[in-house]
Amino acid sequence: MSSTKEVAARLREAFNSGKTRTAEFRLKQLKAMLNLMKENEGALLEALKKDLRKPNFESIISEVLFTKNEIVCAINNLTEWMKPEYVEKTLVTKLDTCFIKKEPFGVALIIGPWNYPIQLVLTPFIGAVAAGNCAILKPSEVSPNSSQLLSELLPKYLDKDCFAVVCGGVKETTELLEEKFDYIFFTGGTHVGKIIMTAAAKHLTPVSLELGGKNPCYVDKSCDINNTAHRIAWARFLNMGQTCIAPDYVLCTKAVREELVPALINCLEEFYGKNPQESEDLGRIINEKHFNRLKALLSSGKVAVGGQTDEKDKYIAPTVLVDVKETDPVMQEEIFGPILPIVDVENIDEAIAFMNRHEKPLALYVYSADNKVVKDVLERTSSGGFCSNDCIMQMTLFSLPFGGVGDSGMGMYHGRFSFDTFSHKRACMLRSAGMEKISALRYPPYGSHNLSIIEWTTEIKEKGSVCCIM
Amino acid sequence: MLENNESQFLKALQHDLHKPKFEALLSEIAVIKNEAIYAANNLEEWMEPEYVEKTLSTALDECYVLKEPLGVVLVIGHWSFPLQLCLIPFIGAVSAGNCVVVRPSETASNTAELLQNLLPKYLDNECYHVIYGGHKDAQNDLSDLLQHKFDHVFYTGDATTGKLVMQAATKFLTPVTLVLAGKNPCYIDRNCDIYMAARRIAWARFVNAGQNLLAPDYVLCHADVHDKLLKELYTCVTEFYGEAPEKSPDFGRLVSIEHYQKLKELLGCGKLFIGGKSDEGIKYIAPTILLDVKENDPIMEKDIFGPVLPIIKVCALEEAINIIRKREKPLAVYVYSSNFKVISEVMSRTSSGCFCSNDSGMQNMFLTLPFGGVGGSGMGCCHGKYGFDTFSHRRACILRNIGIECVTYLRYPPYVDKNLSLILWASSLSRRSSGWCQIS
Repeated sequence: MSSTKEVAARLREAFNSGKTRTAEFRLKQLKAMLNLMKENEGALLEALKKDLRKPNFESIISEVLFTKNEIVCAINNLTEWMKPEYVEKTLVTKLDTCFIKKEPFGVALIIGPWNYPIQLVLTPFIGAVAAGNCAILKPSEVSPNSSQLLSELLPKYLDKDCFAVVCGGVKETTELLEEKFDYIFFTGGTHVGKIIMTAAAKHLTPVSLELGGKNPCYVDKSCDINNTAHRIAWARFLNMGQTCIAPDYVLCTKAVREELVPALINCLEEFYGKNPQESEDLGRIINEKHFNRLKALLSSGKVAVGGQTDEKDKYIAPTVLVDVKETDPVMQEEIFGPILPIVDVENIDEAIAFMNRHEKPLALYVYSADNKVVKDVLERTSSGGFCSNDCIMQMTLFSLPFGGVGDSGMGMYHGRFSFDTFSHKRACMLRSAGMEKISALRYPPYGSHNLSIIEWTTEIKEKGSVCCIM
Repeated sequence: MLENNESQFLKALQHDLHKPKFEALLSEIAVIKNEAIYAANNLEEWMEPEYVEKTLSTALDECYVLKEPLGVVLVIGHWSFPLQLCLIPFIGAVSAGNCVVVRPSETASNTAELLQNLLPKYLDNECYHVIYGGHKDAQNDLSDLLQHKFDHVFYTGDATTGKLVMQAATKFLTPVTLVLAGKNPCYIDRNCDIYMAARRIAWARFVNAGQNLLAPDYVLCHADVHDKLLKELYTCVTEFYGEAPEKSPDFGRLVSIEHYQKLKELLGCGKLFIGGKSDEGIKYIAPTILLDVKENDPIMEKDIFGPVLPIIKVCALEEAINIIRKREKPLAVYVYSSNFKVISEVMSRTSSGCFCSNDSGMQNMFLTLPFGGVGGSGMGCCHGKYGFDTFSHRRACILRNIGIECVTYLRYPPYVDKNLSLILWASSLSRRSSGWCQIS
C-alpha cells in the first residue's frame, strides 16, 4: 500500500512526463470514465443504497445520469475547450500573434462529500482530467461503500500513473494536505473548508470550495400554491434532505402559510403515502451523528406534519415546522435533513431583510407569478445561484456556472466551467523580430518627440479604438 | 484625477524611485488612463447578464448569468509601480460595483501620500478609501488590516507575504488574487536576431532600475551566440544610459537602502561584465551584467528585482528548458528565436503566468490579455475585462414559470419506471443534439 507521499510523487512524475497533454490521452480517459459508469451501474446503485438508502430512481438521475452527462459534455466539447483563444489585436500588434493558452495546473486534489458521493467527486474530477491534470480523489469516509467502490473501479479503467483514489478520514486527509498540490477542489462544510484553504495557503495552491449555507425560499401570495408545494417538497426531501442546494427554510406571510402547509401535507402523502417510513422512495440519514443532530432540531417551533423518528433505522419523517423564530436552533445551522421550517414575515421587505442578515447562501429561491417580485428579490440579495418557481434546477443546466459566494464558497464548475477551473489561462504574445524602428521609440535616451508618438498611438479614446504602446 | 495632477504624480514618482518622466508617463499614467477609459467604454456590455444555451427542459425558462459585485474589497499595491499596481485592480473593482479600500505601498511613501490626498477629492468618500499608515511596520499593519472581513483581497508583491495574505483570508473564506514576483527566465536561441534581442532585453531589465515584476530575471544564452550577445548588450547599455549611467536622467534608483543592500550582496556572483558600480547615498546600482553565473549561486535563489542581469551559458535548448522547469512557475517566460519550433517547444514544456517571444515586458500592456501568475507566481488575474470578472460574482439564474407542471411531475415520488424511462429518453435526446443535458 503506497503512502500518500508516494502516490503524490508518482502522479507528479506522470504529469511532468507530459502524458496528459494530448487531447487523445484525455479523451481516452474520459471515454473510460463513461464505460466505468455504464458497466457498473448496478454496483453503484447498490453502494448508494447501502450508504444512504438512496432510491434507485434518485441514484440513476442525480448520480449516474448526471455524471454521464458531464462526461459526454466534456468528450463532445474537449477540442473546442482546448483551443487557444485569440484576442483582439491593436494597431501595433497587427503582425504579432496574441492568444490565451489553456494549460493544466499539474496535480490536483479533489475531496468529495458523502451526500452525493459519486457525482460530487466525479464531476470536478472530469474537469480536472479534461483540462489535462493528474488527480488524486479523496472520497468521503462517511459514505464508505461508495468510496470503496470508487477506489476499486477507478484503477481498472483509468491510467494508474495519472489518477489515484485515496480513501480514509481525517488522518489521511491531513497527510494529503501536507503534500503540494497545484489545485485543490473541496466540497463539504464551512469548517473543513477553512482548514483546506489554510493548508492550501502554505503552498500558494488555488482552491475551489463548494460549501453549504441556509438556502432561503420566499413564497409569495401570487404563486400557484399546489405546484409550489410540490416543487419545494420534492427539493427538500430528495435524498432525505441531504442536498446542499435544497431549500433550507421558507419565508412567507401568515396568509400564504395557511395555504402552503395543507398543500405540503397533501403533497407529502402523495409522494410517500400515509406512512413515509414504509415508502421505498425515501432515503435515510447518513449516520447516527447526523441523526442525533437533526433530532435535536425538531423541538424548534411546532410540528405541522411529520416529526417521527426511528434511531435504529436512521429515519426522520419528512417534517414541516411552523411558528419558527429566527433565534431557534433550527435556524442557526444548515439543516441538511428532511426538516422544513416556515418563518412568518409581514411582507417582501421583511423577507429580504431577513435573508440579508444571514451569510450568502449557495442558492436562493422565490416562488411568485409576479415578475416584479422575482426581480426585486434577485436584485436585493446575493447567493451562489438563484431559481424562481423551482429549486435545484439551476444546478442541472451545464451552461450555467455552479458555485458559491462569500460563506457558501468560491469558484465554480460544471460543463465548461469545470475545464476552466482546472486550467491556467496563460497570456501569450509571439512578437515579430522586425519593426525594430518602432520598438526603438521606447528605448533611452528618452526624448519628448518619441514620447509624443508613443502617447499618441497609445491613447485609448473614449468609445474609440483600442491602441497600445509597442 | 490623473490628468489634473499629472505633474504632482510625476514628482512623487521621481522622489520615490527616481522614475524618469518618460517611464512614469507611459508605464504609470497612460496605462491607468487607458484602463479607466477601456472600462468606461465597455462597462455596459460587461454588466449585462449573459444568456446561456438551454436544453429541452429549460426551453421555456429564462436562463442567464448575472454579474454581481462581491461587496467590500481590499487592493494592496506594490512600490515598484506604485500607481499602476494599485489603481488598475482598483478600476476593476470599481467597475464591478464594489466598494474599495486601497492600501498603496508605504515603501513608495510620496506616491502613497499623494494618492491618499487626491483620491477623496475625486471619488465618493463613502465607497472608496485609501489607507496609508505612514512609514510604520508594514507587515503588522497588513496583518491588522486583514483582521477585518473583506469580500475579496487583491495583493501584488512577494510570495512570502502572499502566503500570509491567503492565510489571513481563510478566516472569512475570502477569495484572493495574488500577483507575485518570481524569477522570469529568458532563453536566447542560437537562431536569433541578436541586435534586436539585446535591446529588448536590456530595456526590459533596466527600466525602473530593474524593479519590475515582468523583467527578465536571468538569461539562458545558447553558447553559439553568447559572445555576440555580450557585444550587443555592451553597445546598447552604453547607447541607452551613456558611459556614466548615474548621470543619465533616464535611469531610475532603488526604492530603499534595504533593497539596495540586498542587491549589492548579489554583485559578487559570477564575473562582472558591465556595471557593478554602486552608491549607497543615492541608492544607485549601475546597469549590471554578470557572466558565468551558476545555477546555485545566491543570485539564482530568489527574484532579483534590480538592475542586475545574470547570464548563464547553455549548450542546448533542452538544458535551458530543464533549468526553467526546476524552479517555481514564474510570472513570465521569454524566448528569443527566429525558429518557431523552438518558441513552441519552450511554450509547451514550461508554464508561467504569461509568455512572450521576441520581446519582454510587453504582454501585460494589452487589455485583452489576462495578467496574472500561476503556482509560485500567484493566482487569479486582472486587466481589462478580467479585472471586472475578478471582482464580480457570477450568479447563475433560472426564472421558471410556476403555472406549467406538465413535465416537472415526472421527477416526483412515488417513483415509477415509466417516468424514469421518459426522463432518460429526454436526456439522451438533448445530449445528442446539443452535447449536454440535465435532469428534468
